Amino acid sequence: MYTQGLDQKTKTSDKPGPLEGPEQLAEFQARVDAEEKIEAKDWMPEAYRRTLVRQISQHAHSEIIGMQPEGNWLTRAPSLKRKAILLAKVQDEAGHGLYLYSAGETLGVSRDQMVADLLAGRAKYSSIFNYPTLTWADIGAIGWLVDGAAIMNQIPLCRCSYGPYARAMVRICKEESFHQRQGFEIMLELSKGTDAQKEMAQDAFNRWWWPSLMMFGPGDKDSKHSAQSMAWKIKRFSNDELRQKFVDVTVPQAQFLGLRVPDDDLHYNDETGHYDFGEIDWQEFLDVLAGNGPCNRQRMAQRTRAHEDGQWVRDAARAYAARQRAKAA
Amino acid sequence: MSDALLRYVLRLGDTALVTAQRMIERVAGEPELEEELANANFALDYIGQARMLYTYAGELDGNGADEDHFAFRRDAQQFRNLLIAEQPNGHFGDAIVRQFLFESFYVLLLNALAQCSDARLAEIAVRAEKEVRYHLRYAMQWLVRLGDGTEESHARVQASLDEFWRYTGEFFTGDDVDAHLRREYAGPDLTAIAEEWRKNVAAVLAEATLTAPADVHMVDGGRAGRHSEHFGFLVAEMQHLQRSYPGASW
Repeated sequence: MYTQGLDQKTKTSDKPGPLEGPEQLAEFQARVDAEEKIEAKDWMPEAYRRTLVRQISQHAHSEIIGMQPEGNWLTRAPSLKRKAILLAKVQDEAGHGLYLYSAGETLGVSRDQMVADLLAGRAKYSSIFNYPTLTWADIGAIGWLVDGAAIMNQIPLCRCSYGPYARAMVRICKEESFHQRQGFEIMLELSKGTDAQKEMAQDAFNRWWWPSLMMFGPGDKDSKHSAQSMAWKIKRFSNDELRQKFVDVTVPQAQFLGLRVPDDDLHYNDETGHYDFGEIDWQEFLDVLAGNGPCNRQRMAQRTRAHEDGQWVRDAARAYAARQRAKAA
Repeated sequence: MSDALLRYVLRLGDTALVTAQRMIERVAGEPELEEELANANFALDYIGQARMLYTYAGELDGNGADEDHFAFRRDAQQFRNLLIAEQPNGHFGDAIVRQFLFESFYVLLLNALAQCSDARLAEIAVRAEKEVRYHLRYAMQWLVRLGDGTEESHARVQASLDEFWRYTGEFFTGDDVDAHLRREYAGPDLTAIAEEWRKNVAAVLAEATLTAPADVHMVDGGRAGRHSEHFGFLVAEMQHLQRSYPGASW
C-alpha cells in the first residue's frame, strides 16, 4: 500500500564495502544517471542493495499489515457490493505483498528472512496501519487518503533505477488507483447520505488527515537518506514536495465532499499557487513509529499469531513434498 | 408449491453467502500469503454467487426485494443455508476439511443444476460450477498434503474430519422443495449425487491416508431454519450497519 522507509534510521552501515572501488562506483552512478535500469544480476554497491532491501521489504510488510485495518470491516460491510469490492482490495494487497517480496528476493534475501525480520521487530511497516478503523467511513478514508498518499509516493517509484522494483510498482500503481477511487466513492455516498452518515465521514476525515500527511515521512531538513536515494534514482521527489502535492490535490476533493479539513491554518496561497498548512505533530509520528500507536501491539500480535498458527501447516507441506520427491527419485 | 423455485434459489444463495462470510473471517490469518490469496478469491466467488442467486430470488419474489434485502434484512431463522457452512472456522485444517466435504457435494449439485430446465438457474450453475471445480482441486490438494504430511497434521485433519462429517448427511436428505425441483425442472437427483460423492470422497481420503468416521449421527435442520447457536452472531455482525441505520444507502 505504501512506502515510508526511505528516511528511517538503520543500524546497518551505508559505507562502501571493501570490493567497491571508486571506479566501480563511478561506473554504477553513470549507468544510473543515464537512466539505465539496474537488474538483479548486475553489480551494485552494497549500500544500494541494502537500501532497496530495506525499502522493498518494508513496503511488502506494509501491504500485509495493511490488510488488518481494512479486513476489520469485511464481515460488516454494509452491502454485498461493498463487501465484494473491499475484499477484492484486501486481496490485491496480499498480491502486492507477494510481488514485493519477490522483488526483494531478487536482491538475495529470502521471503522467510524478510518475514522473520518483521516478526522480530527488525523491519518496520508503514505507521499509518497502527491507527484503528472505528467506523465504516474509515474504510472510505483509507482508500481516499491513505491510498491517495501511497500513489503520490509510488508513481515515481515506477521509474526507480532498480528494474524489478520499478516493474512491480507499475502493476501495483494501477491497482492502487482503483483502490483510491473506491475509497472516494464510499466517502461520496456518505456525503450524500443522512446526517449520521455525514458525521461519520467528517469524523473519519478528522482522524485520518494528519496521519496521512505523516505518511510522506519527516520534513526534508530532517530526512536522513534522501540525498543518497535521490542520487541513486530510487527516490525522485523530496518528502515535502510530495506532501505538498498531496495537500493541493486533496483539499479541493474534501471541499467537493463537503468536509472541513481539520487544520485552522490551512489556506490557499495566491503567490505560490499552493495550499499552506499547519504544523504536523511530529511527536505523534515518532511515538507511533516507536511502537506506541493505538494498534502497534495488536497488529504485530495478529501477524505473529497467524504465522505461528500456520507453522504445522507449512511443516506438513514440506514433509509431504519431501516424501513425494523421494518417491519420484 | 408455487414458491418452490424461489425457496430453492434462496437456499443456494444463503449457503453461498454464509460460506463466504466464514472465509472472510479468516482474512489476514492464513498460514502463507498464497493461501491468503486463494481464500480471498474463493470468498469473492461465493459473494458473486450469492449476489446472482439473490437477484434472481428477488425477481421470482416479485416484491421489489434486491440482493441486499435477502442478505441484510432477514433474521437468522429465515436463512436456509446448510449447517456445515455456518460452523465456526477453527484452524486451517478445519477450513480445508469443511471446504472439501461441502464442495465435493456442491460441484456435483451445480453440475446437475446446469442441466435443469430453468434457464436462469442453469446459467448461474454453469458459472458457479467452473469456480467451485477449481476451489475443490485446491481443497483436495491441501487435504492430501495435511493428511499425508506430518504426524501432527494427520491427527489434526483426522479430528476435523470426525467433527465435520456429521453435517454431510444434510446434503442428501432432500425435502419437498428438492422433490419439486426434480419433478418440475428436471433438478438434481440427490440419490445419484450421494453415491458419486461417497465414491469421490473415499478416493481422496484414501490418498490422504484418512479414515471416514463410521456410525456418525447426522445433524439436520438448515433448510428448516434451525441453526447452530453460532449462527446468530454471524448474522448480527454481518447486518450491523443495515440494522443500525435503517434505510441508509451505502
